[in-house]
Amino acid sequence: MTRAGKNTLFRVLLIGPALLAITVFMIVPLGLMAYISFRGRDYSGGVLWDQFSTEAYVRLFFERELDGTLALNFNYMIIILRSVWLSFLTMVISLAVGLPVAMFMATRDAKWKAVLVFMVTLPFWTNLLVRNYAWILLLRDHGTINSVLLWLGIISEPLPLLHNAFAVAVGLTYSFLPFMVLPIYASLEKIDLRLVEASFDLYANRWQTIRRVILPLAYPGIVAGCVLVFVPALGAYITPELLGGGKTLMIGNLIGFQFGAARNWPFGAALGLFLLALVLVSLGLYARRYRGELEGSQ
Amino acid sequence: MNKNSRVGKHTAKLLMASAMALTAFSGAALAAGELNLYNWSNYFAPELLELYEKETGTKVKVDSFASEEDLLAKLQAGGGGYDVIFPGTTTLGVMVEKGMLAKIDVNQMENFKNLLPAFTTIAGDENRDYSAPYMWGTTGFTYDPEMVPGGKLEESWKEIFEPSDELKGNIAMLNEMSDVWNAAAYYTGVSKCTEDPAEAQKILDVLMAQKPHVKLYSNDGTIDRMIAGEVAVHMQWNGAAHRVKAKKPNAVYVYPKEGTTFWTDVIAVPKDAPNLEEAKKFVNWMMSPEVAAIASNYTGYSNAVAGSGEFLKDDLKADPAVNMPEDYNERLRAYEACSPASKDLREKVWTKLKS
Repeated sequence: MTRAGKNTLFRVLLIGPALLAITVFMIVPLGLMAYISFRGRDYSGGVLWDQFSTEAYVRLFFERELDGTLALNFNYMIIILRSVWLSFLTMVISLAVGLPVAMFMATRDAKWKAVLVFMVTLPFWTNLLVRNYAWILLLRDHGTINSVLLWLGIISEPLPLLHNAFAVAVGLTYSFLPFMVLPIYASLEKIDLRLVEASFDLYANRWQTIRRVILPLAYPGIVAGCVLVFVPALGAYITPELLGGGKTLMIGNLIGFQFGAARNWPFGAALGLFLLALVLVSLGLYARRYRGELEGSQ
Repeated sequence: MNKNSRVGKHTAKLLMASAMALTAFSGAALAAGELNLYNWSNYFAPELLELYEKETGTKVKVDSFASEEDLLAKLQAGGGGYDVIFPGTTTLGVMVEKGMLAKIDVNQMENFKNLLPAFTTIAGDENRDYSAPYMWGTTGFTYDPEMVPGGKLEESWKEIFEPSDELKGNIAMLNEMSDVWNAAAYYTGVSKCTEDPAEAQKILDVLMAQKPHVKLYSNDGTIDRMIAGEVAVHMQWNGAAHRVKAKKPNAVYVYPKEGTTFWTDVIAVPKDAPNLEEAKKFVNWMMSPEVAAIASNYTGYSNAVAGSGEFLKDDLKADPAVNMPEDYNERLRAYEACSPASKDLREKVWTKLKS
């Protein structure tokens, strides 16, 4: 065997386990999902494996009238758009809250940094379900926030804080905030503070320094943070269910409903793939838009 | 003390019954076997396991599933070695249709005569060839008299679908498609298996008009929500209503006059059960009044065995939410297996309601 051949074999062997893991844990399940989405629906749950059907995809946009004609159906689109909007809102609020927090953390001394990072990651030690229930206790009519406001005499009737879009946005922001803070912190921490000093020496004011020096340097972290918040928020299931009071669905709940009570697995699979496509397209656009800046800042 | 002595008497009776059972089935009892049950968690009294082992020498083990989808999937994948399973009515229908159950001729069993008349048949297993009833319950609503105007509500779905001004925003619904759809169907007088879009529209109209007045749709925490007084009225399962009353004795559970859905969980035997004969004996045993009462005392739900009432715990016996007064019999509406067209309409209505 030639030396080059030996090298190639060696490389294949090294990559092998990773390739195998990706194939088994990602490509096979995704392929299965795609396959199921093109199969017939078994009304008692499950799939008619021997029957090809595009009904699941038709259903995304149309509903069948009794005479078999198709009519546009916006119900699912409304749910999907609502999910995108709520996830976007979550991302913006997380950024608005997370950026100052990350800046504060990055400018402390080493001992404090460790403590602060620990405090940001602390909520992850608790189950997501428990954290969402905690928000129920805080937000409900006789909950902590309303009780305190009533006691202070600021309000005379409990505010409707729970079981609406506001509660969902609060819950999602809270759940995913650390995903925003940590990447931004990681990129800010590497900033050479002398650059900030130089900026002040050159008569930049604080706002200009943030906009022209700190933000561009923090860009990779901000982009990573936005992606890490937006994507999981789009698939959120527990938070809209618990804090939204089940009044409006997000796409995650819609998918859950198809596999559960509605027993429409092909449609559930099609929705799952649609969600995946949505995420990939938005990531692709993001990458295209910011490619230059990302490369420039590294 | 009183309670203890009652339990003592109870045990004595059971011991006598077991002695008789032992003589009757001594052959089987000697061939000490094994029996594997598959059930919801916390849904089978541990003392029944011991009792059965004492009576027959058969060791009984319980595994639990988290959803009926799990149960179905496991059985479809090849059984898992279970002898006795406890599916709901919908799943029972699927299992019978797919030939997954052993024909154990429940209707020929000695204790079949003990069943309440309403439970001698069931959708999907009309002759009771495959299944015996286990627990059953109803979906009605519960209210707190101190939070409703006049301290009393009519026994009608009207109170919940067209609430009075004081109750607006003070109502919680179950987040369960079929229960909500059924209730709205009874209220509008439409068949719950309707295939007519115009009738489905009627149901949707009722639900959409109600939605602004609903505080939330949820299956979780219904008990705490009533106890904490977060809502005045809650669409609820009767077992949960019973547990509300433990903390709020004044609470009232309503069997709405337009129709009250009841569900039944059943006892059945998978086709490839390893211990078929033993499983049949177990199913028969479960239909005896004392045993059914022990099961109910643990789960807090009603059983379908006549004569079990006297063995119930006092608080279950005294609660109309569990021990239903007989004059409500005609309000009960059994599960019906609806056509795919009807299920489609139901889903459409539910999605529109939530979009």
